[in-house]
Amino acid sequence: MQSFGGAVMALYRGFATTLQFAFQKKPTVQYPSVRKQHAPRFHGLHELRRYADGKERCIGCELCAIACPANAITVIGAENAPDDRRSPGERFAGRYEIDELRCIFCGLCEEACPTDAIVLTPRFEMADYRRGSFIYSKDRLLVPPDAGVGAPPDERPGGIPADLGWVTEQKSTVDIARGYDATYNGAKLKDEHKGLTLQ
Amino acid sequence: MAGVSEAMPGQFLLGKLDDVARWAQSSSVWPLTMGLACCAIEMMSVTNATYDIARFGSEVFRASPRQADLMIVSGRVAQKMGPIIKRLYDQMADPKWVISMGACASSGGVFDNYAIIQGVDTIVPVDVYVPGCPPTPDGLLYALNLIQQQIRQGGRGGILARA
Repeated sequence: MQSFGGAVMALYRGFATTLQFAFQKKPTVQYPSVRKQHAPRFHGLHELRRYADGKERCIGCELCAIACPANAITVIGAENAPDDRRSPGERFAGRYEIDELRCIFCGLCEEACPTDAIVLTPRFEMADYRRGSFIYSKDRLLVPPDAGVGAPPDERPGGIPADLGWVTEQKSTVDIARGYDATYNGAKLKDEHKGLTLQ
Repeated sequence: MAGVSEAMPGQFLLGKLDDVARWAQSSSVWPLTMGLACCAIEMMSVTNATYDIARFGSEVFRASPRQADLMIVSGRVAQKMGPIIKRLYDQMADPKWVISMGACASSGGVFDNYAIIQGVDTIVPVDVYVPGCPPTPDGLLYALNLIQQQIRQGGRGGILARA
C-alpha cells in the first residue's frame, strides 16, 4: 500500500510530464495547408524529362519496363522520322504508360534508364476515385518543353554521390548524438542517455 | 434528400439541413480497425501527433464493423482473406466507404500470383484508390479528404450510392 504522500507525488510527476508537453512546440503538420518535407530521395510520382533543346530524353529502349519488378511500365518504341525528330537517338517512346496503381515506387526504372529520362518526383498526392485514371501515359508523364532539364537523380541534395566511397565510410559508424539533434525534444533525450555510446 | 428539395423548390430549411447533415457526416468518418499488411503501419501512423487524423474527425478507429463508416483496406488481400473482408464490409452499416490503400490492395502490386486477389475492388466497391508502396500517411490523409469532398458534394456511400 502506497502512502498518501507517495500517491500525491506520483500524481504530480504524471501531470508534470503531461503539462510540460503543453508548452513545447507542436509537432503536428497541418497537412492540407502545409506539406511535410519528405526525405531528399523520396520516391513519388514519375515524370519523363527532356533535354535543354526540348527533345525527349526517352529513346524507347524499354530497359525500365524490363527492370520494373511489378511489370507496371509499358513502352512501345517508334522510329524517329528524319523531318520530325522527337529524341536525339534513332527511336523514341511512341507509347509510354505507367500503371501507378501497380507501381511500387522502388526507383529501379530511374536506375535502369541510360538517359535519365524517367525520374521519380517528390509528389505523393496521387489518390483518385476511378481505377482507370491511374494509367499515366505520355500526356501526363512528359514534362512541358519549358519545364527545364531538372536535376539528375544522382545529384539531388542529400542524394547518394556518384562514387560510393563516401557512403561506405558513413555506414561504418553511427553518430548517435547527431540523431538526437535531429529529433524533436532531442537535447533532453541526449542528457538522459548520457554515457550511452554506440561504436 | 436532394430529390425532396428539387420537388419542392424554395424550401430553404430543407436545403440547409441537407448541408448540415453532409457536414456532420463528412466530419465523422470513422474507420474500421483493420490492418492487413505493411500498409497498416502507415495507416496507424496517421493517428500519431505528426499527421493527426483527429483534425478530420476520423481518429476513432472502431473495433466493431457495425460502428464504422470507412474501411481502409491496407495491404495485400490473400484469397483466404477475401471472404472475411467481404463479410466485414457487409456487416458495416450504410452509408459506408472504402479506401483501397496501396498497390497490393488496389491492383495486386508486385504479387501477381495465385495467392493474392488482384485488386480488392473485385470483392467490395472501392471509393478512393491510393497508389504507393506503402503510401505516405499524408497520401492517406489526401484520400480521406477526397472522401470528405465526395460526401459534401452529395455522394453517398455503400448501398445508397448504387441505388
